[in-house]
Amino acid sequence: MSKPRHHILSVLVQNKAGVLARVAGLFARRGYNIFSLAVAPTEDPELSRITIVVDVEETPLEQIVKQLFKLIEVVRISELDPSRSVERELLIATVRAGAEVRGQLVELANIFDAKVVAVGVDALTLSLEGSPDKLDDFEELLRGYGIVELQRTGRIALPKLDREARVRAVKGKAS
Amino acid sequence: MKITGAEALIKALEMEKVDVMFGYPGGCILPAYDPLLQSPIRHILVRHEQGAGHMAEGYAHVTGRPGVAMVTSGPAATNLVTPLCDAYMDSIPMVAITGQVSTTAIGTDAFQECDTVGITRSITKHNELVMSPADIPLAVRQAFHIATTGRPGPVLLDLPKDVLQNTMTWHWPTDDEVAASLPGYKPNTKGHPRMIKEAAKLMLAAERPVLYLGGGVLKARAAEQVKQIAELLNIPVVTTLMARGAFPDSHPLNLGMPGMHGTAAAVTALQKSDLLIALGARFDDRVTGKVATFAPEAKIIHVDIDPAEQGKVRKPDVPIVGDCREVTKELVKALRELLDGGEKQADVGPWRSRVSGWREQFPLTYEQSEPGEALKPQYCLEMLRDNAPEDTILVSGVGQHQMWSSQYWKFEKPYTWVNSGGLGTMGFSVPAAIGAKVGCPDKTVWAIDGDGCFQMTAQELITATLSNVPIKVGILNNSYLGMVRQWQEMFYGERYSEVDLGGGVPDFVKWAESMGCVGIRVDSPEEVEPAIEKANSINDRSVVVDFRVAEGEKVFPMVPAGASNDDILLPPSQTPKREFLR
Repeated sequence: MSKPRHHILSVLVQNKAGVLARVAGLFARRGYNIFSLAVAPTEDPELSRITIVVDVEETPLEQIVKQLFKLIEVVRISELDPSRSVERELLIATVRAGAEVRGQLVELANIFDAKVVAVGVDALTLSLEGSPDKLDDFEELLRGYGIVELQRTGRIALPKLDREARVRAVKGKAS
Repeated sequence: MKITGAEALIKALEMEKVDVMFGYPGGCILPAYDPLLQSPIRHILVRHEQGAGHMAEGYAHVTGRPGVAMVTSGPAATNLVTPLCDAYMDSIPMVAITGQVSTTAIGTDAFQECDTVGITRSITKHNELVMSPADIPLAVRQAFHIATTGRPGPVLLDLPKDVLQNTMTWHWPTDDEVAASLPGYKPNTKGHPRMIKEAAKLMLAAERPVLYLGGGVLKARAAEQVKQIAELLNIPVVTTLMARGAFPDSHPLNLGMPGMHGTAAAVTALQKSDLLIALGARFDDRVTGKVATFAPEAKIIHVDIDPAEQGKVRKPDVPIVGDCREVTKELVKALRELLDGGEKQADVGPWRSRVSGWREQFPLTYEQSEPGEALKPQYCLEMLRDNAPEDTILVSGVGQHQMWSSQYWKFEKPYTWVNSGGLGTMGFSVPAAIGAKVGCPDKTVWAIDGDGCFQMTAQELITATLSNVPIKVGILNNSYLGMVRQWQEMFYGERYSEVDLGGGVPDFVKWAESMGCVGIRVDSPEEVEPAIEKANSINDRSVVVDFRVAEGEKVFPMVPAGASNDDILLPPSQTPKREFLR
């Protein structure tokens, strides 16, 4: 299976009730898939930023962006190039950890800079913050021990500091 | 001084110069109906909330002003769903006001509660649940602003009962306040100058250009500029179902309607063209047929105010995002500059004569009925057309009668044709005609309906009678769901399934009379003209003419769904000469 083609859209919206439902509804209605989604207020309390990772080819992406722009509360959309933006995600996982493997797991956590946030008789809860790729690798390694529960936040992203070449601001605000 | 939210609502509607609204009261919207008693706004009391929505649409179609519908919560709001979706598909400016249960009851499954903004989210340009009476004036201003600017569309305001009952201090927001409240809404109306120049160059260079006009030409009130372009370049024009009337049918450059039931000349001109100048058109599947084989040699100039239409179906060579009137104005200027500067237009003479040949060889045609045979629906339309008072507005439902109306009428002026194009809403005609008549009381309004459509919304003729809005209805009654029957005949081996509407029942004349209208039944060709004359002479009441027409008549030409426009099916009499469509 080929790796899905991910695009990161950073969508600045008015911080109002129902906006997330509008964005999510648009994706459902037009048949687009959301890979991950994170939303929270920005430095301006009037605005929220929704970071959406979509899994599509170029052409539908252009339609997605244009259709998103048509939502009245959408203020700005940027497509972030993964190689030129800072991406972070948080993972929390509870893993089976009998006495015989606990040491290995703690060592693994150390290598990844993960934290042990809870310890039980035969399980550990670990948290890891980092780039989505790093989280993928960590998750893969944990799988061998038996994952009881796992939750990821979905990625958030901002362009790297040298903005000019790195943000493709999408032109043409919709009617 | 404090006023109630309901008073603020009515005052805000007055400030927006609303002169009429279509509605139906009920529990949660009750507070708004009280201050309406003192308002100069005329309220038309409908018989079903769907009727209120379609009336608002009909009104908006012919006046260009937003139609307003007001209904209560729950079932009333859900009854408004069809017209909202219809208005959304056809970009009709409309403001809908729905009652909602009190803010304290929202989410409790209260009596007549439904998630109106949730249900209507994907079929409105915008909607909003207003949670405080102080927010009402801004919400109303935003609603009218959004509904009427950019690509027009329906906007819904959901107003909880306590928001209408509680008080607020009146403040009418300024333009700046409205703009500041909508930081993400800035419709682009001016086309990009470089793109316009590029378009003008392509237009001069094209040897087989066609102006492909969509409903956006009418929405932007751009008909005059479009005519200038057509005449300046002397190039053929096609008018889609939503653009009928945007260019005079009598004009020698007009090839009529393209698409599934378009004229052979219009369909073929698009197919063979080397440049389509699409103005306010959206490459709808009913126009393109199979997209992969649509106009294969054509470059595309696409002018549309909605950027999302650019490249949605067909990638344009020159996309121009902007208002059709502003862009065509600039295009005329750019073309003149190029011509004055010595540029020469390519010779379009051979193309014009080729196109004219198609038009002469393949006119719209049907076989007249022999004496004693059933009446032909096309004949009824020709007689209606030839006897229509000047500036008559034609409104249709959806189906065969709609296609024949578009084909056989002669539209000479903009805003004389009202129909449900995108959604294809059966039952649209009668209420939309009432709305059109309210908007243009001095014009004759003919609603052409099928017997299936008529039975969906006929009760609004009671509204017409009681509100003194006299319209004329011509039912092309073949006792069948004609269009479905046509598909079953052609594509399902004549296996007719659930399309027989029963003939004889109801008695449309008696039904009309029971609603305070004049009812006339027409069975034979000789009765057609006298009946139409009689109908046209009655102006104090609505008239319903029941034309009993041949049941087996089919609409031609036809491009079957999913087929290529190259495979257009011609009427049987023209099939032998189809090779001339090259």
